[in-house]
Amino acid sequence: MHVLRGVSFSVRGAECLQVTGANGSGKTTLLRALCGLVPPEEGQVRWCGVDIGADPSAYHRALAYLGHDNGLKGDLTADENLRFGIGLRCRVTPTAIGAALTRAGLAGQRGLPLRQLSAGQRRRVALARLPLFDARLWILDEPGSNLDSAGQALLLELLQAHLAEGGTAVVATHQALDLPAGTHRGVMLQ
Amino acid sequence: MAWVWFHKFGSPPHFYRLATRLTPWAAWPALLLGLAGLIGGLVLAPADYQQGDGFRIIYVHAPAAWLSLMVYVVMACTAAVGLIWRMAVAHAVAASCAPIGASFTALALATGMLWGRPMWGTYWEWDPRLTSELLLLFLYLGYMGLRNAIDDVPRADRASAVLAIVGVVNVPIIHYSVIWWNSLHQAPSVMKFGQPTMPASMLIPLLLMLAAFTLLFAALLLIRARGEVLQRERNARWMLEALERLSTHDGPPTRDGPSAKGVLVGR
Amino acid sequence: MSARASFASAAALLMARDLRLALRRAGDSLLPLGFFLVITTLFPLALDPELSQLRDIAPAALWVGALLSSLLALDLLFRDDGQDGALEQLALCGQPFAGLLLAKTVVHWLLTGLPLVLVAPLAAIALGAPYGAMPGILAAVLLGTVCLSLIGAVGAGLTLSLRRNGSLLALLVLPLAVPVLIFGARATALAIAGESLAAPLYLLAAIAVLAATLAPWALAAAVRIGLE
Repeated sequence: MHVLRGVSFSVRGAECLQVTGANGSGKTTLLRALCGLVPPEEGQVRWCGVDIGADPSAYHRALAYLGHDNGLKGDLTADENLRFGIGLRCRVTPTAIGAALTRAGLAGQRGLPLRQLSAGQRRRVALARLPLFDARLWILDEPGSNLDSAGQALLLELLQAHLAEGGTAVVATHQALDLPAGTHRGVMLQ
Repeated sequence: MAWVWFHKFGSPPHFYRLATRLTPWAAWPALLLGLAGLIGGLVLAPADYQQGDGFRIIYVHAPAAWLSLMVYVVMACTAAVGLIWRMAVAHAVAASCAPIGASFTALALATGMLWGRPMWGTYWEWDPRLTSELLLLFLYLGYMGLRNAIDDVPRADRASAVLAIVGVVNVPIIHYSVIWWNSLHQAPSVMKFGQPTMPASMLIPLLLMLAAFTLLFAALLLIRARGEVLQRERNARWMLEALERLSTHDGPPTRDGPSAKGVLVGR
Repeated sequence: MSARASFASAAALLMARDLRLALRRAGDSLLPLGFFLVITTLFPLALDPELSQLRDIAPAALWVGALLSSLLALDLLFRDDGQDGALEQLALCGQPFAGLLLAKTVVHWLLTGLPLVLVAPLAAIALGAPYGAMPGILAAVLLGTVCLSLIGAVGAGLTLSLRRNGSLLALLVLPLAVPVLIFGARATALAIAGESLAAPLYLLAAIAVLAATLAPWALAAAVRIGLE
């Protein structure tokens, strides 16, 4: 049974592509295929002109993915989670982590195990990770889920900063993204 | 040139046609060789001086055991081809091998137990060969169980391919560890048909049966694989076109693609 | 541009994280050990608790117990990380995935296999083995649990996102673990009898080396398929 058929598009630097579509139209599968988690039966995903299958680790080093699940451990604190998640890729200082958490509005909760935070707070910790990944491409699947208005503002702020630095983003979300004109495109799956 | 042939083989409609054409070439010789082997083994060959007529079950048991192992290797190889070259047809062939191999293993076990009754007095006696066959049966069941448990067919293909490859590496290890285990505990089994010289009258029917079983496997595999390909490709364009031809006119077989009528009749 | 982390530091970070997580849920890691002790207790209860008789079945009891408890322990390896998306992030972090999974398996062995290695000689004593057998049993169970961890990890990877069905995992892993059982039990029996157990020990070591060589590839392939 095919989830996606006949999809084709491209994204440029400093551009954000918003993917929309009804539930079950295959947004998550598309994003996971872009990451290389799901191999496509036909067709290719190319990054900077090269098939991502040719050198997956180089592609993944340039990629930051946020899926439905946060990818965080409930038994660790926000601090420990970030130190681990970022440390897998690049060296990071405790001050940088502290700054990221403060920006996400979680300075007071950085020492608590994630289990004790609300779903929205956990999502914000996951978002706080993104700029620290040092990745040119962001692939975000429903990043705004569980977020209140302050959280949505944080998401927008992070996206705008990322695009301003020349980064690229592919975001699957129904919410309107208030991004500068010329950097924002939409694609709808049917 | 061989590469082109390889990729052509991997295309479902071509494979389907090829399998349809080859099946009688495997099935009829299997039947003839099998008859020759059975007549030679059950009627013509002299009775064994030690075991009397009871040994004759070797003419079914030995080929079944040999095939049970060979089918696993074929399954693992085609699964590896499917995994490396991403060929759906190879995965379909691997999936078709499993029930056939499991059946041969069960047959080897059953005939082994029937042989054991007159020889040892009991149906089961942890003989190394039979124990090895039993473990092989578990490996087949595990493979089929894994395939069954994963709903998405390509994912099931890939996961069971990894399992088959891991299994095929383990099969010699398991086999020799069981022989080692057995050698510690009891005298060599009576079932050793490494008699120093087996007279030709006994050996030839055995080889005939071996060839017959191999061809039987080939025929069964082709038939099953055709069915498997049909089921996987039921929404593919070539299938829908063939079915459309069938519904519009019940004509003679066409040269390209499987005969529309043939698709359903299975010729 | 921050400096890229090397694989060694990433693996060390992963192992430290897994150890920290296990310590915060200490009960989980000790369950397989408890299970092992229960199983070894069942044998004397099912038979005559005459030590000289128990000595004969001690190798069987120990190794069946070790096999079953390591099966149980496999649940701890990937399930958590698979469910909360952490395994995906590991696959996408740009470090060699096979190496990271091997690092996870090593920590898993430290938490569930090593306790077994330390307790097995004591369980053997309780089943009538002489004190002189302890070093041999320790060595055999050490090699055996390493093999079981590697083989089991591949099975766990293959059944990653399936309905919670322990019997499928058992059906997949146990036939592959039969050589470990045969050689391990034989080594234990020789140790109890006071004879040299070099032969089965070498064979166990050979299997361990083979498993360590092949498992990374199989693990990475299996888990990637499980993440699809």
